[in-house]
Amino acid sequence: MNVTPELTREFVDAEVAPCAEEFDRTEQLPGSLLKQVGSLGLWAPFLPSEVGGSGTDYVTVGRLHTEIGRGCSGLRSMLTVHGMVSWSVNRWGTDEQKAQWLPELASGNTFGVFCLSEPDSSGSDSKAEGTTAEPDGEGWVLNGRKKWITGGQVADLMMVFARTGPGMSTFLVPRNAAGVEVTPLPRMMGTAASMIAEITFTDVKLGADALLGPRGWAAGTVMTGALDIGRYSVACGSLGIVQAALEASARYTAERSAGGKLLRDQPQLRAKISDMVTARDAARLLCERAGALKDADDPETIMATWIAKYHASTAATKAASDAVQIHGANGCSPDHPVARLYRDSKVMEIIEGSTELQQLTIADVAYREVAL
Amino acid sequence: MSDNARAELRQFIVGKFPKIELADDQDIFALGFVNSLFAMELVMFIEKAFSVRIPNDELKLDNFRSIDAMTELIARQQSEDPLAGSSISAVTG
Repeated sequence: MNVTPELTREFVDAEVAPCAEEFDRTEQLPGSLLKQVGSLGLWAPFLPSEVGGSGTDYVTVGRLHTEIGRGCSGLRSMLTVHGMVSWSVNRWGTDEQKAQWLPELASGNTFGVFCLSEPDSSGSDSKAEGTTAEPDGEGWVLNGRKKWITGGQVADLMMVFARTGPGMSTFLVPRNAAGVEVTPLPRMMGTAASMIAEITFTDVKLGADALLGPRGWAAGTVMTGALDIGRYSVACGSLGIVQAALEASARYTAERSAGGKLLRDQPQLRAKISDMVTARDAARLLCERAGALKDADDPETIMATWIAKYHASTAATKAASDAVQIHGANGCSPDHPVARLYRDSKVMEIIEGSTELQQLTIADVAYREVAL
Repeated sequence: MSDNARAELRQFIVGKFPKIELADDQDIFALGFVNSLFAMELVMFIEKAFSVRIPNDELKLDNFRSIDAMTELIARQQSEDPLAGSSISAVTG
């Protein structure tokens, strides 16, 4: 099925956004909803049609993630990590790995998760990997712990980064492998429905066919490539949060009065909504530029995606904060979506490269441009 | 072909790091500016510019260590697939 942004918008308006508060409160997404996502072909639409995808271009994939992000960042986070795994297997997998996993990932029958962050290191400090994979005959033995794993509670296939000698490698680990233990991490501040977990690997025996991509150089290949895909999804999801904050604020101020005057006529509130519109339009242009560069296989997409994510995620926190302010006490209650948007938006500034890491990196563009 | 490849690789690297002076056999990892982001950009650039797909067993640091090493990598991949070639060279002659 060729899923479109328009169809996704209808799905989000009917099945996702009206229930997002409940998903957030119960800290889970219903299995029936995840099946619907699969029926619509939303899990990994960029995969080729031969394996069950629809070969959707990345500009369109971004629009799909924006629509989902507008309704529920918990669900969008699930699409993000599953997409990272699906993209990686398609890009770096052997023919056998592709045949085994891609049809399952395309349909969503197998749910994939991305396991990089660890309890004792910052998520941005991927060099501090404590998880190891030791050679064992023709295969490997995996030991270590991964934390903050989105979708970990319902994972079927784990893409795990582990040190293999001087470098790092990537492994595909089925959930049912002996020695894998999943511990839910409840009460997260944002994206609470994304079923985050800590995952422990104790003497997990893997075959030689578990290695994904090159041995010892995941950092320059699988990890960076997958994070780029994830960062693009988060950028587009953040754009969805801005859109949701804008829509909620416009509705609220158009209907509510103070001192005999509609809120929409209050200059200070109009200024906040003007800022949301401007930030939304800029985020959309940046996301679509990053997506178009991906579709062209242009290496500039990596920096363009950093820039899109930096702008869109910080715009989301600003828009969600302003939306809460516009709603007053109502904005602090679960009766309006903006409190959830506010909590979710903060997560966007942390995952897939923090705001501070982006501020450290993007400045290089200026020095290149002036050749200094 | 190899001179074209060297020129295109040099143009790409110097475009990213305008201040460096780079010999063809110089170890770019020893210069201290290469990070995982740039490494991925290099992989993408080579695959797009020279119409090759680098197999996993060729994705190792030594093959990206210098302009010479990358040129040899490209030549090996193009000999595996005679239809592969430099799209940039095709445009610029």
